[in-house]
Formats: sequence, structure tokens, C-alpha cells
Amino acid sequence: MLFSKFFRFNALSSLLFATLFLLSFTPSRASDAPASTDSTAKEEFNITEMILHHIADAHDWHLFDVTHEDGSVHAVSIPLPVILLTEGNLDVFLSSGFHHGHSTVKKADREYAYEHGHITELSGKKVLDFSITKNVASMLISVSLLLILFISAARSYANSVPTGLARFLEPLVLFVRDDIAIPNIGEAKYKKFLPYLLTVFFFIWINNLLGLVPSGANFTGNIAVTLTLAVMTMIITNINGTKTYWGHIFTPHVPKGLWIIMIPVELIGVISKPFALTVRLFANITAGHIIILSLISLIFVFKSVFIAPVSVGFVLFMSFLELLVAALQAYVFTLLSALFIGLALEEPHHDHDHAH
Amino acid sequence: MNLITPEIGLIFWTGITFLILLFLLRKFAWKPILGAVEERDNKINAALNAAEEARKEIANLAAENEKLLNEARAEKDRIIADAKKTRETMISEAKAIADSEAKRMIETARASIENEKNAALTEVKNLVAGLSIDIAEKLLRKQFENNAEQQAFVKKHIEDIKLN
Repeated sequence: MLFSKFFRFNALSSLLFATLFLLSFTPSRASDAPASTDSTAKEEFNITEMILHHIADAHDWHLFDVTHEDGSVHAVSIPLPVILLTEGNLDVFLSSGFHHGHSTVKKADREYAYEHGHITELSGKKVLDFSITKNVASMLISVSLLLILFISAARSYANSVPTGLARFLEPLVLFVRDDIAIPNIGEAKYKKFLPYLLTVFFFIWINNLLGLVPSGANFTGNIAVTLTLAVMTMIITNINGTKTYWGHIFTPHVPKGLWIIMIPVELIGVISKPFALTVRLFANITAGHIIILSLISLIFVFKSVFIAPVSVGFVLFMSFLELLVAALQAYVFTLLSALFIGLALEEPHHDHDHAH
Repeated sequence: MNLITPEIGLIFWTGITFLILLFLLRKFAWKPILGAVEERDNKINAALNAAEEARKEIANLAAENEKLLNEARAEKDRIIADAKKTRETMISEAKAIADSEAKRMIETARASIENEKNAALTEVKNLVAGLSIDIAEKLLRKQFENNAEQQAFVKKHIEDIKLN
């Protein structure tokens, strides 16, 4: 209801913004000429680069840029620890040592350079990057938040009547239990998997939300993250797989001659489930960020401040949509995890239901 | 950093952090919260069951009371009916006894009256007989003072007999 109300409001406001847009377009063009000669002198604004930079991980937490009077641009960011494993040597230093790629960092016989978010060793040694990147830092913040929220909520249960925060969190916990875990895994076995489902649900949700905060990290829109979570679901699914589950894969109910086709297909099914989880979360969150960044970029594409109301209007709309998507994708990931676990736990009497 | 190339560092930190988070939340959040919720659900169910039991108990008690009341009422009616019957039989018995006693007494009285009357009559008869004999003696003595008259009387009687 709230959403539809918002939607109506948005339809009205976007109409208003469109009118503003038409009015502002012509005069801004006329006054564009001197400004454009100025901007060609500087680096041309590249939307793709800007967006990719914003949705990618980074070794420092970029806050904003400062343009000095002489025209030089200086980035203001929080340095983060860089942890590198190069041929058995552990090197730890702050990312500020790179000066945003303007200088290299020397550690014993190793010299590190920073280029487009990648750290390389100048003499060509293989570098494993275990840095506390922006995403890792954001995750640590989210984990602290989760621990504070839920452990303090759990404390208020000591006298059996939940208070404050717990009253807000309990329905969410019960939602995961009653609407995700029990229907998909079954009353008998859900308890074993509920802690994982709850953790993954709130972990994804809070990180989705933190990703929407301006200058926040695109943590759940990073494929490494979604892959890690999906692999966890895959591991849980497969180590709990029943005889029936494995029977479906290695002795499918088809003539033996077809096994040579069916077994690989079933094995692909085992892999495609976590793959779907990985891509779905990654793509949804990243796409949302790209849309918001693109809408903001409109201001720079049109080089007119009058386009800002249109951008802001659409960004506002998208942000509300993203709030919904943040919860929805956490729900979908958890639901599918529960579904996959539930399928792996199937008992023999369900055999005839599945057309394999 | 490439968009679709997972990086080892992030996988490593995400994996480790997530597992630690899972462990900590399971121990310090999910267990207490879910435990408390389950306990509360059980308590609520128990309370509901107890209420249901109590309701049934009350219904039973009411039925029992009703039954007892009906029994008591029936008992009362029975006792009253019995008492009525007893009274009636007692009255009728008493009446019968009184009647028969009265009859007996009347009979006795009548008999004794008869006896007394008979005795009195006998006495009167005897008395009358005595008196009559006395009177007759006196009369006869007076009449048969002279011989001639006696002769005449006897003659007359003999003549009467001859006529017969």
C-alpha cells in the first residue's frame, strides 16, 4: 500500500520533472559553449569508467574528491590495510602508501604498484591479495551491526518478555522460520538449518542496505561474495544429501543406456544451483547500483544542473525500489537455499513426484 | 578489478567472517531467541490447553451439579410423596382402628344395656308375679270366706266344663 502510494506520487513528480527538463534543456545548450571548451581541457567524463569504479572493490574507502584552485583533483579517502602474500612473504601496509597509484611501495626485495584496483609486483612475482578492501571493511561493519543487533535482542529474552529491538527483530526471525525454513525443509528437519538460513538472510539484507548508503561498498554486488555464500549453500546441501538425492544423480530413473547423458546433466544441476544463486544476487544488486549511478550521471552527460531534479526524482524512486530489492534478494537467496536443502533431504516416498 | 572475476582475498575474508558470524549468532542469538520463542509458544499452548481443560472441568462440574440438584429434587419429591402416603395410611389406619373400637364399645354397651334391661325386666316380672300372687291370695281369701259361695263357684265351674 505504501509502495503504491509512493508510486502514484512518483508518477506525478516525474511528470513535473519532465516538464522542468524540457524547459531547462534549450537555455542550457545555449550557455554550453564556453563551458565545453573548458571541459575538453580536463579529462572527458567517462560514465562507464565511473560506474565500474563505483561498483568495484577498492583498497581505500573513497569519500569525495577535492578540486584545488589550480584545477588539480585530490581524492579524500580512508586508507585500508593491504595484506599481500608474495611467494611465502606476508607484507602488510596501509593503502595510503600508494598515493592513489601515484607511487609504489617497497617491502624488502618486493616493490608493489597499484593500478586500476590491482596490486602487482614490479618484478613479476605472483601476488595473492588478502587486503582488507572496502568490501571487507564494509562486511566487518555489517557483521558488527548484526552481532550488536541480535545479541542485544537475544539478551532481552533473558526475562522471557522481549523488549525494544527484539520486538522488531522477532517477527523477521519468525518469518524466516515459518515462511522459509519450515515450508521448504519440513517440520522434522528444519531446526538444523535454521541458524544458517537466518544468518545468510540477515547478512545479505544488511549488506544490501549498507550498499545503498552513499559511498557505501557494493558488497553483495560482488561476485566473490555471492559465490562464497552460494558455495556454502551448496556444501550444506550436498553434505546433507540423502540416499534418494544421490540416487537421483547417479542412478536416475531412466533406461541404463541414457545414464551416460543423464548423470552429467544431473551433475550440472548440482553446480547450476549455486551458480544461479551467485549470479542472481550479484546481478540484481549490481544492476540496481548501475541504474542509480547512471541516473546520477545524466547530470554530467547533459552538463546541466537543471537535469538534477529529474535525476534526483528517478534516483529517489530507484532507491525506494532498491530498498525493496535489498529485502527481496535476501529473501530469494534464503528461500532458494532452503529449497535446495529441502530437495536434498527428500525421502524415497517422494520419488514418483519427480520427472527425471 | 574485473567485475565478474571473483577475487581470492574477498572470498577468503567473506568465508571466514561469515563462518565466524554464523557460529557467534547461532550460539548467542539464534539459540536464545528461538529457544525463548519456542518456550513461549509451548507455554501459550499449555495455557490454552489448561484453559480448555478448565472449561471442560467447569462444564463437567455444572453438569454434575445439575445432576446432583435433580437427584436431590427427585429425592425431596420422593420423600414428600412417601410422607404423604404414610400420613394417609396412618390416618386411614387410625380411622379404621377408631371405628372398630367405637363399634366394639357400642356393641359392649348395647349388650350390657340389654343384660341390665333383661335383669330389670326379670326382677319386675318376679315382683309383679309376687304381688299378683299376694293380691290373688288376698282376694281369694276374701271371696271364699263363706262356704256357700265356694260351693256356688265350684258348681259354676263344673257346669262350664259340662257345657264344653
